[in-house]
Amino acid sequence: MFDFISDYDDPSLWGAFWMTVKLTFFSGIGSLVWGTLLAAMRVSPVPLMRGFGTAYVNIVRNIPLTVIIVFTSLGLADIFRITLGAGDDVKVMSFRLAILGFIVYTAAFVCEAIRSGINTVPLGQAEAARAIGLNFSQTLRLIVLPQAFRSVIGPLANVLIALTKNTTVAAAIGVAEAAYLMKTMIENEAQTLLIGAVFAFGFVVLTLPTGLFLGWLSKRLAVKR
Amino acid sequence: MKLRKVTAASAAVLALALSATACGGDSKDEGSGSGSGGGKIKIGIKYDQPGLGLKKPDGSFSGFDVDVATYVAKQLGYKPDQIEFVETKSADRENALARGDVKFIAATYSINDERKKKVDFAGPYLLAHQDLLVKKDSKISEATDLNGEKLCSVTGSTSAQNVKDDFAPKAQLREYSGYSECIAGLQSGAVDALTTDDSILAGFASQDKYKGQFKLAGLKLSNENYGIGVKKGDTATVNKINAALEKMVSDGSWQKAVDANFGPAGYKNEPAPKIGVIVK
Amino acid sequence: MSSVLYDTPGPRAKRRNILLSVVFTLLLALLLWWVWRTMDDNNQLEWDLWQPFTTGEAWTTYLLPGLADTLKAAAISMVIALPLGAVFGIARMSDHAWVRGVAGTVVEFFRAIPVLLLMLFANELYVRSSLNISSEERPLYAVVTGLVLYNASVLAEVVRAGILSLPRGQTEAAYAVGLRKGQTMTSILLPQAVTAMLPAIVSQLVVIVKDTALGGVMLGFTELLNARQTLAANYANVIPSFIVVAIIYIIVNFILTSFASWLEQRLRRSKKSTGAVLGEDTVEVNPAAVRGGFGTGENTGGGGF
Repeated sequence: MFDFISDYDDPSLWGAFWMTVKLTFFSGIGSLVWGTLLAAMRVSPVPLMRGFGTAYVNIVRNIPLTVIIVFTSLGLADIFRITLGAGDDVKVMSFRLAILGFIVYTAAFVCEAIRSGINTVPLGQAEAARAIGLNFSQTLRLIVLPQAFRSVIGPLANVLIALTKNTTVAAAIGVAEAAYLMKTMIENEAQTLLIGAVFAFGFVVLTLPTGLFLGWLSKRLAVKR
Repeated sequence: MKLRKVTAASAAVLALALSATACGGDSKDEGSGSGSGGGKIKIGIKYDQPGLGLKKPDGSFSGFDVDVATYVAKQLGYKPDQIEFVETKSADRENALARGDVKFIAATYSINDERKKKVDFAGPYLLAHQDLLVKKDSKISEATDLNGEKLCSVTGSTSAQNVKDDFAPKAQLREYSGYSECIAGLQSGAVDALTTDDSILAGFASQDKYKGQFKLAGLKLSNENYGIGVKKGDTATVNKINAALEKMVSDGSWQKAVDANFGPAGYKNEPAPKIGVIVK
Repeated sequence: MSSVLYDTPGPRAKRRNILLSVVFTLLLALLLWWVWRTMDDNNQLEWDLWQPFTTGEAWTTYLLPGLADTLKAAAISMVIALPLGAVFGIARMSDHAWVRGVAGTVVEFFRAIPVLLLMLFANELYVRSSLNISSEERPLYAVVTGLVLYNASVLAEVVRAGILSLPRGQTEAAYAVGLRKGQTMTSILLPQAVTAMLPAIVSQLVVIVKDTALGGVMLGFTELLNARQTLAANYANVIPSFIVVAIIYIIVNFILTSFASWLEQRLRRSKKSTGAVLGEDTVEVNPAAVRGGFGTGENTGGGGF
């Protein structure tokens, strides 16, 4: 019944889902860093940076991810010659470009999550920090963000799960991940229902434990007030 | 008090959405109404292939497939204003015919045994070959030259994969969503070659913006016999279309259509194929 | 809150802020200049490529019909997904364990699967099913099916979180005055939850608009992004057409979110005047407490593409 799966080796089912995991992992780390920086910009004392952060979030959130991903290939690679050090290797290049696209997009959501987290930190915390003479970046780094992060693990988990599913868009620029393989299989095999079930199951396996684990973590780490 | 406002607001949102869908519904009804009544004929073509089937800015259609379809429809007794062209994507062609959504399909539809099981073909009306399109000054002249070069591939198409498998295992496939993206990549130097049927390539290369920049390598990597797809079992229509195609060739309209659509790319067309003769 | 993070800038801080602003502006300008130059070097700024967008035909033949399809699919999906989401959200809090179980499984399942897969799958089902759907209409059906399944599940979580965030007293008071369970839900809890969850619901609607684009790439649904392809085949202007289409999406979604924040402000105002019980902070400030609370809407929302 499932023997058609072994007919595919470029990518194999295993390889395709491994690609999904890799995309999620690197994009997740990247967007966490860039999203935190954006959030810092949005609360920073420099008006111009606040403006940039706000504009970035509002623009990027309103563009379909597909447009962003396709643009990394057609725009960044073909016009601006940004290959992210992949040289002539097309596969590596598409992979890295897709990650860049996911980071650009997901960071906007990470930024908003963290900003809402910053809002949960009681005013007194920041006031106390300033009272003992900490400047803006110290206040943010040492006092506010550590508390904010703990309270936004829930929302960030949702972003991560969404990112896992979003990686399917990378198929549009030829990254051989799960959706790419699924499309190939549907075209070649007559067992649509079965194929759909296999991939649905794969994604449930990837996302459900992440959600449960991070949900547990967020309860454990929640700041008791 | 507050509750009323909330309900009012949600009612407004809902009403907006409903009216939007209602509009959608209306236009849909109109569409199908005009399709079923009034002696119209629905023909499936491509919308995004210059030289073969293209939806032009003024809403009309141009290309070789369109010319052939119009000629055939005329022979079947339909005036140009009775023709309704419908976009049939490659994956949808068999399904659209089987369901009777279109009377026939002229959309770079190659005759092969697999498809013959599902639909009947009239023609062939054009013999095309898989070929390479490269920049005018490119050194690529054989399929094997593609080793180590970047070959453009359209997501879901197998022609590039075949070249890689059969001729140039070291070619790198760069995937785009459509041929117009491929051509843009070829122009900017992001890819070194583009492969598909020479008729399609010639159509793109003849566009004003690209005229004189590209050349066909002139390889005959495969034979593609373009046929007109008809619902399985509709032999009467197949015979009528075959007669129309024969007339098109004999009265010179066929050659005229070829010259008009593929001329500028230096495309050397095969002579008009004999009806029912499929070149393997 | 953010202004609490730093002192009111004194002379030195002001000077530093100005310096930072200048450096930032310079870097940004440098980047923009480089983008402009590279595009120019690649002939992407040639008037030929942009001129089509000043003609009416490019809009009436390609872009506007595409936009109409995008909005149509989005509107139909919203109209179906909103009530369906409410039903599932309420069902997850049912007193009957089996109703809770079924609703919970459905919601969790469809939230875990990418919309793209749902669409591909729905499309194949419609091809093979005996339903009488023409091949022109099928992509629309598939896109709407995928969007409804996914977004109804997310909205179910939003509604549930909204209702859970309401103070217990609301339910108790409703029972005390003799309302039945159904009445309590429809006339007490749901109206308040919807108000509270409005931002989350709207950002989910933005997601629906954006997600219609997935149908264009994979299913050939003739929405805006797909119409762009036909347009680019004509004018041979791939990059400019992408930029124009991205701007259209930004404008459409901007209108949607502006409408939402206007609505939200209206509702907030009216809440004060009636002394509403639900504080803002229950919803916004404690996302971790209610699983999938604010986060579900704003984040899965956007993140859901």
